[in-house]
Amino acid sequence: MARRTPKTRRPGPARAAGLRTPSWVGWLFVAPALAVYAVFVLRPIVLTFQYSVYRWDGIGSSTWVGLGNYGKVFTDPDLFATILNAVKLIVFFSLIPVVLGLVIASTIRRIAASRLALAARTVLFLPQVIPLVAAGITWSWLLSSTGLVNQLLSHIGLGGVTRAWLGDFSTALPAVGVIGAWVLLGLCTILLLSGMSKIDPALYEAARMDGAGPIREFVSITVPSLRQEIGVCVTVTVIAALASFDIVYVATQGGPGNATMVPGLEIYYLAFSERQVGTASALAVVLMVLVIVVAIPIQWLTKDRSS
Amino acid sequence: MIVGRGETWSGRVLLVLLMAATLMPFASLFVTALHPPGGYPSGLDWPADPHWGNFVTAFQAARMGELVKSSALIVLGVVPVSLLLATLAGFAIGHLRIAGRNVVFLTFVLGLTLPFEGIITPLYYQVRDMGLLNTRWAIILPLIGLFMPFAVFWMRAHFVNMPDELSESARMDGANLWQLFWRIHVPLAMPALSSLAILLFLWTWNQFLLAIVLVDDPLKRTMSGALGAFQGQWGTDIPLLCAGSLLILTPTLAIFLIFQRRFVTALLQGSLKG
Repeated sequence: MARRTPKTRRPGPARAAGLRTPSWVGWLFVAPALAVYAVFVLRPIVLTFQYSVYRWDGIGSSTWVGLGNYGKVFTDPDLFATILNAVKLIVFFSLIPVVLGLVIASTIRRIAASRLALAARTVLFLPQVIPLVAAGITWSWLLSSTGLVNQLLSHIGLGGVTRAWLGDFSTALPAVGVIGAWVLLGLCTILLLSGMSKIDPALYEAARMDGAGPIREFVSITVPSLRQEIGVCVTVTVIAALASFDIVYVATQGGPGNATMVPGLEIYYLAFSERQVGTASALAVVLMVLVIVVAIPIQWLTKDRSS
Repeated sequence: MIVGRGETWSGRVLLVLLMAATLMPFASLFVTALHPPGGYPSGLDWPADPHWGNFVTAFQAARMGELVKSSALIVLGVVPVSLLLATLAGFAIGHLRIAGRNVVFLTFVLGLTLPFEGIITPLYYQVRDMGLLNTRWAIILPLIGLFMPFAVFWMRAHFVNMPDELSESARMDGANLWQLFWRIHVPLAMPALSSLAILLFLWTWNQFLLAIVLVDDPLKRTMSGALGAFQGQWGTDIPLLCAGSLLILTPTLAIFLIFQRRFVTALLQGSLKG
């Protein structure tokens, strides 16, 4: 219970607001928010579970199939591949931005107050602010056969590896991953930098006195002090990978073949093009569970420190 | 502080490189947008004869004026209502500490990390049965609901830190609950509210999935949803597509640059709280 420790208070009618307000009045304040939330979130969540045990084309009558749709999600190679693809995207959406963000932030920590660093705060945030769809369009042009990426590669003598990165079976998924890394790197870097500003500089001074080098400093001071911020970065970026939709929809539509198909996009196709509402819902449940399974332990780990 | 010159220098170089990597895609988009329409330009080559007219063509083809109006209407439908509902609920849970607040709060927290794809299918049938498909309400109403977990979480965090003494003295001066809320607590919540407003604006403006599923007419969608349709239509004309994408990016970029300090702070707090 979050009840505060009672301080010594003046007795009399004017006690804490909560004590003088009848509970039903308080509930009137909560009711509108709870109502829209129940209608547009809770009810659909329950319905997703319900749809997931039926075979239904969205129009005619539905047939009870028990856990059949779930069986299909885990045995149909095409469906299961979407989950694997999402897990592979975690490397790009999460691992690269967090690790690179840590390295970058600790390198620029010392100039964090300079004008260059302030300008960087603005610039690095740009990918967070523009629609993901726009990021997808921009990068599908950059990664196309005549795009900037290939032009740069040719310039440095790597003309041999140039290709239509998003259209090639072996490179399409990593290419989508690069777009995600570009979007999320700035957020992670700035978040970690702002966490670093709270670390006591005396810690670093002491480490320097003891003869610690930059790497030792990074491992012994920076990373442990940033536990909470790292946890946040990991949570946000892993969820972004698992629930990716906009970038993939725009950049590859899941192709070539199914090389970049992710659960979010597959749900969309199954439900609205192929009219397999039941299978779509089972995949949706699996996706929701996956996100919760990832989010809870990290939240728990980061809470640990602040209490 | 003992900092070697080499470290400062490497930090600066790294920052500049990172900024270049962030900006390069935008530069490429811009240069490409100036090439002759229908052409297939390459990378970062500045065109011999810049076609500034592409922006006008794209503006008309994408019907930018109507798109901005549609997105603005959706934002005006979502943001003020979400702020109001979340403030009321956050006040009751965080400050009035109503009975059963922990259950209510947990119910909201449940939706905090919900991927929108998870409920898009039933949402479609529900919105259809309400007769709202292909109207802006099909985006506005679900978004208000979908934003509630975060918005209530955010406002509760603000109200939980408001001292009881504040409300006690207002009560002593004869304020009733409604006056206490509007005259004392809402004004004090302004910083929290404005940060939340910025986040909700951004998330509404950039909302794509709800827009493409629930609204067929691009002119009744959010900017982001319309951009998807624009890509389908102009996907083969690279310079025009780039010009259109830049135009559609501009409103968010402009608002970001005006309010950048608040944006960065709000987004950082937002990810820390979420």
